Amino acid sequence: MDYVVEMINIRKEFPGVVANDNVTLQLKKGEIHALLGENGAGKSTLMNILFGLYQPEKGEIRVNGKPVKITDPNVANDLGIGMVHQHFMLVEPFTVTQNIILGSEPTTFGKINLKEAEREVQKLSDRYGLQVDATARIRDISVGMQQRVEILKTLYRGAEVLIFDEPTAVLTPQEITELMEIMHSLIAEGKSIILITHKLKEIMEISDRCTVIRKGAGIDTLDVNDTSVTELASLMVGRNVSFKIDKKPAVPKETVLSIQNLMVKDKRKVDMVKGMNLEVRAGEIVGIAGVDGNGQSELIEAITGLQKTESGSIRLNNDDMTNLSPRKVTESGIGHIPQDRHKYGLVLDYSIGENMVLQTYYQKPFSKYKTLNYKEIFQKAAKLIDEYDVRTPSVHTKARALSGGNQQKAIIGREVDRSPDLLIAAQPTRGLDVGAIEFIHHRLIEERDKGKAVLLVSFELDEILDVSDRIAVMFDGKNVAEVKPEETDENELGLLMAGSSTEKAGEK
Amino acid sequence: MNANRLFNILVPVISVLIGLLAGALMMLGFGYNPITGYAALWNGAFGDLYYFGETIRQVTPYIFTGLAVAFAFRSGLLNIGAEGQVIVGWLAAVWIGTTIEAPMIIHLPLAIIVAAFAGAFWGFIPGLLKATRGVHEVIVTIMLNYTALYLANAIVRNVLSDNEDKTPDVAATASLASEWFQNMTYFSRMHYGIFIALFAAVIMWFIIERTSVGYELKSVGFNEHASKYAGMNVKWNIILSMIISGAFAGLAGAMEGLGTFGYMSVQSGFNNLGFDGIAVALLGANTAVGVVLAAFLFGALKVGALNMPTEAGVPTELVDVIIALIIFCVASSYIIRWVLLRFKKEEN
Repeated sequence: MDYVVEMINIRKEFPGVVANDNVTLQLKKGEIHALLGENGAGKSTLMNILFGLYQPEKGEIRVNGKPVKITDPNVANDLGIGMVHQHFMLVEPFTVTQNIILGSEPTTFGKINLKEAEREVQKLSDRYGLQVDATARIRDISVGMQQRVEILKTLYRGAEVLIFDEPTAVLTPQEITELMEIMHSLIAEGKSIILITHKLKEIMEISDRCTVIRKGAGIDTLDVNDTSVTELASLMVGRNVSFKIDKKPAVPKETVLSIQNLMVKDKRKVDMVKGMNLEVRAGEIVGIAGVDGNGQSELIEAITGLQKTESGSIRLNNDDMTNLSPRKVTESGIGHIPQDRHKYGLVLDYSIGENMVLQTYYQKPFSKYKTLNYKEIFQKAAKLIDEYDVRTPSVHTKARALSGGNQQKAIIGREVDRSPDLLIAAQPTRGLDVGAIEFIHHRLIEERDKGKAVLLVSFELDEILDVSDRIAVMFDGKNVAEVKPEETDENELGLLMAGSSTEKAGEK
Repeated sequence: MNANRLFNILVPVISVLIGLLAGALMMLGFGYNPITGYAALWNGAFGDLYYFGETIRQVTPYIFTGLAVAFAFRSGLLNIGAEGQVIVGWLAAVWIGTTIEAPMIIHLPLAIIVAAFAGAFWGFIPGLLKATRGVHEVIVTIMLNYTALYLANAIVRNVLSDNEDKTPDVAATASLASEWFQNMTYFSRMHYGIFIALFAAVIMWFIIERTSVGYELKSVGFNEHASKYAGMNVKWNIILSMIISGAFAGLAGAMEGLGTFGYMSVQSGFNNLGFDGIAVALLGANTAVGVVLAAFLFGALKVGALNMPTEAGVPTELVDVIIALIIFCVASSYIIRWVLLRFKKEEN
């Protein structure tokens, strides 16, 4: 009776696929209800139905006990349902307030009452402890702050039920903690929250109940107190998942990558890498831990030739690689799993088959006298797709149509298959579900065991601790400490990443 | 796959039909009989061999400008400058055709190739500026259209002629004109250029779909970042795309200079071959085959329309409006695509 939102036996079909089948989700007032499922399980479809973007084929939606038809997002708004999107819908040059009132501007005789709106936004922000400056411009504030603006937007429109779509995917560990506090204060004010995620730890930490969906079907709703990470994971994936990564101790051999006194500026000409030293040897995985924005991206761009270096040297197998073009870098034996797979890793409008030869299309046997041999290309692609378990209807399917996990597997297949001496993996599991993460970690370790050097950059400390053989902490553009994963823990790493007490920790 | 292909053909066909319908309503509204009107349009385009020859003559440069715009578009560039590239190509072809003496086997290919180079150079400038300075190609190409127009006028008047309004005719050794075609089509201006145009379409298809060069160009058009990551030279690909695009447009100019007219005259304004090429490319979905088909449609409309005032008494102004309506419907074919998709969904 005290459910604010009920979605009962929802079924949604798209041509050829059943995206949701018999899914039931009941949200109690004042609870944080997690919606858990792998990528492509149908979480977003379900929420888009609740938000009025899709109409269900079957099933009923009730708000406060009354059956409703949510025909478009405006109806959802009126019913007090608000969505905090994963990809923010903000106008960058506008201020916080301008963004919040966009679409429902308070006016007198056609003139916007910006001052009054600002006051109101500021009041809302203070009430929920969001600490947002109502007059700041979106492009000047951090990603975490932008997300709070999205939250404010829903609150300003009178939302009682907030849907958070993968809210932590873009946040730093600190910002995640803060977000969780915000969620608690929202609950304290009587709001209810649906949290879409596939991060099990967060669910255990913050939510009250959890609904699991798998391949479109509603599996179960559990009390979080009565369950465990392992149970949730196996419900979500449909089989047992091992969290501990089995790996033999590393046997590092000769130095493959050697970076000395590297200085790199970013695109805005700001120093980002400020005297970096790093060595990666054959047969080991070196993890770079650090808060986003401490020069990791620029370091990788410099190694892979995407960004010019100011000074210092990069050597691969003792050959100077400084300021080589990306093509030369690739040809000399570096594989790169880029941080942003949509921007760098794939040409989304090419078929997955064409994407598999993105760096090798000009070489034999794919190309002779500049004429492409599509038979060879697609044969190769089919082989990689099979080997790396990329789930795609065919090699001709556009890369855009694949789920994030399968896109990433395709990239990894392509990069690993060239058998590079150094494999750089930047946030290789970002936004992926446990099944895909497991697969990717195994592949990285396999490469190490084959005697390749692996450089792993990740903002997820768990990943760094589990996968690396050696951890280099990057802070303010420098390698401030190197530690062994078995001799450290999240706390120490967290401190090192924040730049404090480097001396003391370094002695350990 | 098959259903998809059918769908891709259905969309432009329905667009054309709706366009014709809109034009018919227009004629009805102004008190003309749409059936006689369209009969006149049809006769004017295909009614006898003369008209057919004229249609082919008009189709030839359209294929080239359509290919030019489509080619640039495939690598993510909007070449609004086909207009200017046509003019410099025309000028270059006539220049070679009027000033050099050589046997045909050298003279004609030379004139054509130089026209292609001239167009390519006119495309190279915006390509270079885009690649190195980030200047948007639309702005530069529009500016260069005017530069080409007035530069060509000045050269025609002061260099290629003695202060006259047109150049002398090109030498017979540099002419594309075909006596055989002319005799067959009651002395239309149809010339051999149509073969070159069709061949160019094959070339475009081959470059885009079958070569590593095309693979790079498309990749850069889709995603510059991923292309750079993959080791492609993004800047060079932008320049190359504009060079090839410009060369196609320059060849359209050669068709006019060596085929249709055989000279170049001082022009008071643009002849719209380049701008129509944008519509041809869009209607043809930026593919080589599509461009050829779309060029035929545009050529037929353009030539057939000339017959509407004489045969059906529809005033020229109204004819222009009707033709524009048809093109408008064709250009907004995405609406039809959307409607068809809805029907498809409901079937499922």
